Amino acid sequence: MANPLKCDLCSKPATVHLTQIVNNKVHKVDLCEACAQAKGVTDPSGFSLADLLLKASLNPEATAAGVRCEHCGFTQNDFKKHGRFGCPLCYETFRVLVEPMLENMHHGITHTGKIPHRALERKTLYDRLTKLELDLSDAIKSERYEDAARTRDEINQVKQAVTPKLTR
Amino acid sequence: MTISSLIDSPSELTDSTSSKSAIVLMTRVRLARNLTGFSFPGWAKPGQREEILATCRTAVTATPQMKRCFNVGIGELSELEKQILVERHLISRELSGAKAGAGVVISKDQAFSVMMNEEDHLRIQVLRSGFQLKKAWNAINDFDSTLEEHLDFAFSPALGYLTACPTNLGTAMRASAMMHLPALVISNQMEKVVRAVNQLGMVVRGLFGEGSDASGSIFQISNQTTLGESEEGIIKRLGSVLQSIIEHEVNARQKLLEADAGKLLDKVGRAYGILQNSHLLSSGEAMNLLSLIRLGIDLGAFSDSYRSMIDRLFIEAQPGHLQHTQKSEIEPGKRDVLRAARLRSEFANFVRPDFNFTLNGNN
Repeated sequence: MANPLKCDLCSKPATVHLTQIVNNKVHKVDLCEACAQAKGVTDPSGFSLADLLLKASLNPEATAAGVRCEHCGFTQNDFKKHGRFGCPLCYETFRVLVEPMLENMHHGITHTGKIPHRALERKTLYDRLTKLELDLSDAIKSERYEDAARTRDEINQVKQAVTPKLTR
Repeated sequence: MTISSLIDSPSELTDSTSSKSAIVLMTRVRLARNLTGFSFPGWAKPGQREEILATCRTAVTATPQMKRCFNVGIGELSELEKQILVERHLISRELSGAKAGAGVVISKDQAFSVMMNEEDHLRIQVLRSGFQLKKAWNAINDFDSTLEEHLDFAFSPALGYLTACPTNLGTAMRASAMMHLPALVISNQMEKVVRAVNQLGMVVRGLFGEGSDASGSIFQISNQTTLGESEEGIIKRLGSVLQSIIEHEVNARQKLLEADAGKLLDKVGRAYGILQNSHLLSSGEAMNLLSLIRLGIDLGAFSDSYRSMIDRLFIEAQPGHLQHTQKSEIEPGKRDVLRAARLRSEFANFVRPDFNFTLNGNN
C-alpha cells in the first residue's frame, strides 16, 4: 500500500484495525501499536471501543480555520489539541465543526431532556432589562421625559422579578 | 466538617447494603453543569476560576442537601486525603490532580457530592447503595433544580446543557451501576458481555473508572451517549441492560454450581482461609478474596449480615484508607503486611462457612 492508514490518535502508521457496531452504526478505528497498548485494546475487561471511537471522532474534518470565539478567544486548533471547548458560546461559534461530530457521538442530535425553566425565565428578564435600559438612556438623551419615567418604572418592576431568592 | 469526621460518619456506600444489593453494589448518577458567561474550567484564567468556584460554592452550600457538609478547596487537601476521596468515589482522579481554583462539597452521608472546576464548572453526583437508578435520578433532579434557582446554567434548546466536551452535551448525565460479577469472570464470559453492552450504547469500565482494572470482579456500567434521549429514557434503557446482566450473572452462578460445585466452593473456602491467616496481601489479591466471600454470602454459605462488612472492606483495603488508619504514609511492601493484619483481625470472628446450603435455592 502506497498510503498506509494513520493512527486515529497520533497519526503514526496504524497496525491495529478494529471494527465494531455501536448503536447500529459501523465504526472503524485504526491505531498504531503504542496507542493500542496505551488504550488497553489488548485487555477486553477494562476496554471500551466506544470510548475510543468518540475520542477519534473528536478529530474534526470540517473546517472553521481562522475563526476565533469572540467571547473567550478559542480557536479550532485549540479544540484539536484539547478535545474540549473554551466556553458555552463556542458551540455557536464552531457550529460547522460540532454538527457533523454529533451524529456519530450520540443517540440523536437534538436535546429532548430536562430544560432549566427557571434559569431561562431569568434570562428572558435580563434581556428585557438590557433593552429597557437602552430605551431609558435614549429617552433621556432626546429629552422625552414622560417616556423615561415610564421606562424607569418598568425597569424597577423587572428588577424585582429578577432578584434571585437567596433566602427562601 | 473535617475529613476524618467525614470518613468516620456512616455513609451510603459502606453502611446501607442489604440483600437487595446482591449483584448491584451501588448506583450513581452524575450531571455536568456550567455557568453562562464564563469559560469552561480548562480554558478559564486563574482569577476567573476562583470567581466560578466562589459562586458555585455559595449556591451549593446553601442547599438543604448540603446542610451538613464537607467543603474544601483541592489545594487544602493532602495527597493521601485526595486518594481517600477517590477511593470512596467522591472525587475523580482528574479533580485530585487539578490546579488551583477547584474544590468539592460532600454531604455528611456522602450521598451527594459536587466537584467544582473539574472538566465542567459543576459535576453533581448522587450515590445510592444497591440497584436504585430511579431514586438516584429523582434525588439528583431535585438537587439540580434547587441549584438552578441560584445559578444560570449554560443551555441551548437544540444542544441541551452545554459542556466542555461535546460527548456530554444534552442531558449531560452519566448514570452508572457498580456490579459484582464473579461468576461471569470465572466462566470467562466478561468479554462477551462487554461487547454486547457496547452494542447497546453502554460502556463497561473497571472499579475506578476509565482505564482501571476490574479487581474484585467489580465493573461499572454506564450510558455512553447523552444527547437525543431524555434522562428518563436513558435511565430506563440502562436499567434494562443492568437487569439482563444480573440475569446472566445469576445463570452463570447456577451453571458453575451445577457443573462443578466443588470447584466453586473450594474457591470460597480458600478465600476464607487466606483472609483469616495470611500475612501478606496486595490490594488486588485482597479485592479478589473479598469478592469470593461476597459470592459466598450470595450463595448462602455465610450470613447475609456480613455483606455490608465486605463492602466496607472493599474500600478500606485500598491503599489510601489503609494509610489513613495508620495516620502516616507507608511504603507499598509494608502496606501488604498491614492489610493482611487488618483483614486477619476483621475475619477472626467471622462465622465459618456452611456449605450445606441447598444448591437449588435462588442464588
